[in-house]
Amino acid sequence: MGLWQSYRMRLRRRRAKVRAFRKHFALRPVVDRTAGIRPGDVLLFSTLRDEHIRLPYFLRYYRNLGISHFLIVDNDSTDGGAEYLAAQEDVSLWTTKSSYKRARFGVDWLNWLLQKYGHGHWTLVVDADEFFIYPFCDTRPIRALTDWLDTSQVRSFGAMLLDMYPKGRIDAVPYQAGQDPMEIAAWFDPGNYVIEKNRLYGNLWIQGGPRARVFFPDNPKKAPALNKTPLVRWDRRYAYESSTHMLLPRGLNLTYDEWGGEKTSGILLHAKFLDTFTAKATEELTRRQHYSASVEYKAYAEVVRHNAELWCKWSERYINWRQLEILGLMSKGNWA
Amino acid sequence: MSLGIILLVHTAFHRAEQVARHWAASGCPLVIHVDRAVPRKTHDAFVRALSDLPDIRFARRHRCEWGTWGLVAATQGAAEIMLDQFADVRHVYLASGSCLPLRPVQELIDYLAARPHTDFIESATIADVPWSIGGLDEERFTLRFPFSWRRNRYLFDKYVALQRLLRFRRRIPNGIVPHMGSQWWCLTRQTLSAILQDPERATYDRYFSRVWIPDESYFQTLARHFSRQIESRSLTLSKFDYQGKPHIFYDDHLQLLRRSDCFVARKIWPFADRLYQAFLTDQAGAMKRTEPSPGKIDRIFAKAVQRRMRGRPGLYMQSRFPVEGRENGLTCAPYSVFEGFGDLFENFASWLARMTGMRVHGHLFASERAEFSDGQTVMNGALSDSAALRDYNPRAFLASLIWNTRGERQCFQFGPRDNIKQIEWYIAKDPNAQISVITGAWAVPLFKSSANFADIRREAARLQQIEAEHLEVLRSRWTGARVRIWSMAEFIEAPMEPLQTIIDEIGQQNLRGPAEAPRMADLTGFGQFLQNLKNQGMHPYLMGDFPVEQGRHDAWQNKRKPYLVR
Repeated sequence: MGLWQSYRMRLRRRRAKVRAFRKHFALRPVVDRTAGIRPGDVLLFSTLRDEHIRLPYFLRYYRNLGISHFLIVDNDSTDGGAEYLAAQEDVSLWTTKSSYKRARFGVDWLNWLLQKYGHGHWTLVVDADEFFIYPFCDTRPIRALTDWLDTSQVRSFGAMLLDMYPKGRIDAVPYQAGQDPMEIAAWFDPGNYVIEKNRLYGNLWIQGGPRARVFFPDNPKKAPALNKTPLVRWDRRYAYESSTHMLLPRGLNLTYDEWGGEKTSGILLHAKFLDTFTAKATEELTRRQHYSASVEYKAYAEVVRHNAELWCKWSERYINWRQLEILGLMSKGNWA
Repeated sequence: MSLGIILLVHTAFHRAEQVARHWAASGCPLVIHVDRAVPRKTHDAFVRALSDLPDIRFARRHRCEWGTWGLVAATQGAAEIMLDQFADVRHVYLASGSCLPLRPVQELIDYLAARPHTDFIESATIADVPWSIGGLDEERFTLRFPFSWRRNRYLFDKYVALQRLLRFRRRIPNGIVPHMGSQWWCLTRQTLSAILQDPERATYDRYFSRVWIPDESYFQTLARHFSRQIESRSLTLSKFDYQGKPHIFYDDHLQLLRRSDCFVARKIWPFADRLYQAFLTDQAGAMKRTEPSPGKIDRIFAKAVQRRMRGRPGLYMQSRFPVEGRENGLTCAPYSVFEGFGDLFENFASWLARMTGMRVHGHLFASERAEFSDGQTVMNGALSDSAALRDYNPRAFLASLIWNTRGERQCFQFGPRDNIKQIEWYIAKDPNAQISVITGAWAVPLFKSSANFADIRREAARLQQIEAEHLEVLRSRWTGARVRIWSMAEFIEAPMEPLQTIIDEIGQQNLRGPAEAPRMADLTGFGQFLQNLKNQGMHPYLMGDFPVEQGRHDAWQNKRKPYLVR
C-alpha cells in the first residue's frame, strides 16, 4: 500500500463525508431524544421503509441485548411504522422522502447520524431484518462484548450475514407482529461460503448461502456480499463506504486473522425470507431502489415463479450461537 | 487481625467499594490506592462512601499506566502505610478493585496463619518463562524504556531498536537476579519491610523505574533476596491471554469459579451481578457445594488462546482467513484422490465404497457438475453441485466439502477431463491429500468409444498434454500430498498390490484383505489401439509399454474360475 493508495483512500473517505453532509439536508427530525444518550451507551442505527410488522420484535430483541438508544431513518414509510417508532421512549427518528438509491442505499444518511451522534460510542448498524448474534449473547449483554473489545483495543467487530429461510414455500406461514422471525425462518446453509480478500480495502468479500445456491447458480459473481462490520467504536473520522460491508479507514475492515488464528466474530441472522418478502420483492421491481438494478429481486421473482424453495436436505436448523461456532460460521476467538 | 489488604483501584468504584466492605467485614485493614488519572470528584465520592469504615487508609496517588513504574510506586506507598499503621498485620495481600474473594476471608486468614513465614509470590527467572510481550524478555532488564508502549508504540519500538543497534546494556545493580511473575502477591511483614527499608532501596528503585513492566518484576526479584520461604505461586487466580491482558470473568463463569478452589479471582467484569451476588453475600454457600476442579479454568482459557493463535485447521471463515503458508492445514482432514482408476476399473467407485466405508464421489471437478456420491445434487453443508458455483472458487469448494464432512473420510475421482487447472496445485500442496494416479488410463474410454478416429486422436493428444503437465505438478518439490504414480502398464501387471497399499493407508480396514478385486475393463486390443494412435502421428507414452499382440494381459482378467468337482 503506497502513499498514492493511502491518498486515494483518504479522498474516498472525504467524499463519503461530503456526501453525508449533502444528503443530511434531506433528513427531517421527527423525534429527537438524543439528549438522553449517556457516555458508554451502545447505540443502534438503522434505516428502514415499511417494516412496521417487524418493529416490535426488532426493538425487543435489541433492548434485551442492552442497546440504550435507537437512531432510525425512516424512508417514507406508509404502513404506520414511523408513528410506532416515534412513540417509543428510546428511539430518535428522522424521516426523508428522497431516494434510497441516491443516498447510496442509506449509507449517506447513516454516515451523517453516526458522525453526529456516534462519536465515542459503540455503534451497531443493522437493518430491521438483521439480528446480531455474538459469542455468549445468551448470557452476556452487548456491553460485556464492547468492554472486552475496548480492553483488547479492538475498534471493529465483524458479523457475517446468515440468510435464514423457512422450510417449504417462503410465503407459506404468515409472520405475526411481535413474533420471533426465526420461529418461521429457522433454517440456514451451514457450509457453502466462498471468501475472497479485497486487496484495496482489506475487507473479506464473502458470498454463498441460499441466495447463491438458488438464485445465482449460473452467475455466482452476482451473488450478494455477506461480509459485514456492523459493530464499531465510532469516531467522527470514520465512514461506511458501501453499505456496512466496508469501512474507511481501511484498518477497520481487518476483522479477521491472517496468521492462522481466529478472531472473535459474530453473525447477523438475516430473516429476510418471510411471507412479507413477496410483496416487497414485487414492489422493488417497480421501484428499482436496490443494489445493481435490483438484480437480486429479479432473480428472486424468477425463482418464485417456478415455485422453488430455499430449503434443501442439508439445510441446518438454527439452535443457538454455540451451534454456529461449532459449524465454523463464527468464532469465540480468545474471548472465553 | 493478621491480614492486611492493599487495594489498587482505577475504575468501577461501586464494585471496589463493595469488595472493600467485604474485606473489612472480616476485620482486614485496607490501604486503598486510587489512580491519579481518576477525576477528583469521583475520587472524593469514593473516599466519602467508605468513610464509615475505621481501618481504612488512602495512599498518595500515582498515575498507574500499564507497564510503568507508577504501579510499583503506588504499591510501595500503600505498603508503607500498612506496615506503619497496622502493627499486627502479618501478611499483606495485594489485590485490585476488580478482584473478587471467592472463598470466605476467614479461610484465607486461617490458611495464612498456618504458614506465618511463607511469602506467596510467583517468581521465576526470565530464562524459564514463556511470557514475553512484544518479543522482549531478557531485554526488559537491560534496556531503557522511557516511552509508553500503549501510547507511543512507534517511539517505544524505535528506541528499543536503537539501543539494540548501539549494543546498549544497563548494568543490573548489586548482582540481583531478575525474576518475574504475577503482580498479585501476598508477602509477610518481614519480607515486605525488608524490601521497603533496605538501605539500597534507592538504587533498586532507580533501576526498576526504567525496567519494562516493573510491577511484574520489582517485588518478584527483591522477594528472592529477602524472603525466608517463598512459595512461587499467586493466591490470586488470574489468567492471561496472548497479549498479556487478563481474562475477564462473567456471570456464566459462576460454576467454574465455584470449583476453582482459589481464594481470590481476577478480573471480574464490573457488571457481573450474579458473581458479586454469589461470592460477596453467600460465600460459604457459594464454594462448598461442589467438588473443586481448578484445572478446568486452565483448560478453558488455554483453549481460548490456542483458538486465537492457531485456530481450527482447514477452516476458512469470516474471522479466519490465513495468508498462503499460514493455513496450519489447507484442509481439515485427510482425503483420497484417485486418478485413472475409474477409467481402468468398471465398478471402481462402488467397490471402493464397499471396501473402505469411505464416501466415494465421482469426478468432483467434472466440467458439467460436481459428481457427488449417490447422484446427490446438494451435499453436506448445502454445497451445490453447480459447476459454475464450484469453479467460482474451487479451493473454497474443496475446503468446505472436507470441513462439512468432518469425521467421514472423503474420496473422489480426478483426471485430465476435469477442470483441474485451478485446483491441482492446491491439492498437490495439501498434506491431507492422498493422491494415487494411473497415468494414461484416460485412454481406456477413448479406446472403448465409437467416435471418429481423428477426433479420438485429437482428444488423446489433449488429455495426454494435460496429464503430463499435471504430473509435473505432482512431482514438484512443493508437493506436500502423499502421491503415488503408476503407469497403466505397470499397474495392470499386479493391480492388487498397489490397491492393498492404498487401502491400508486409508486405514479403514477390512482386516482380511480385499475379498474381491474390482472389475477391470476388457483391454483386448488396447495395444493395437495405441499402435493406431502412433500410426496417426500421435505418441501416447503415459500409459507405458503395451505390446501390439493380444493376450498378454489376459492372465489377470476375470475369466470364470473353473468349477472343481471333488
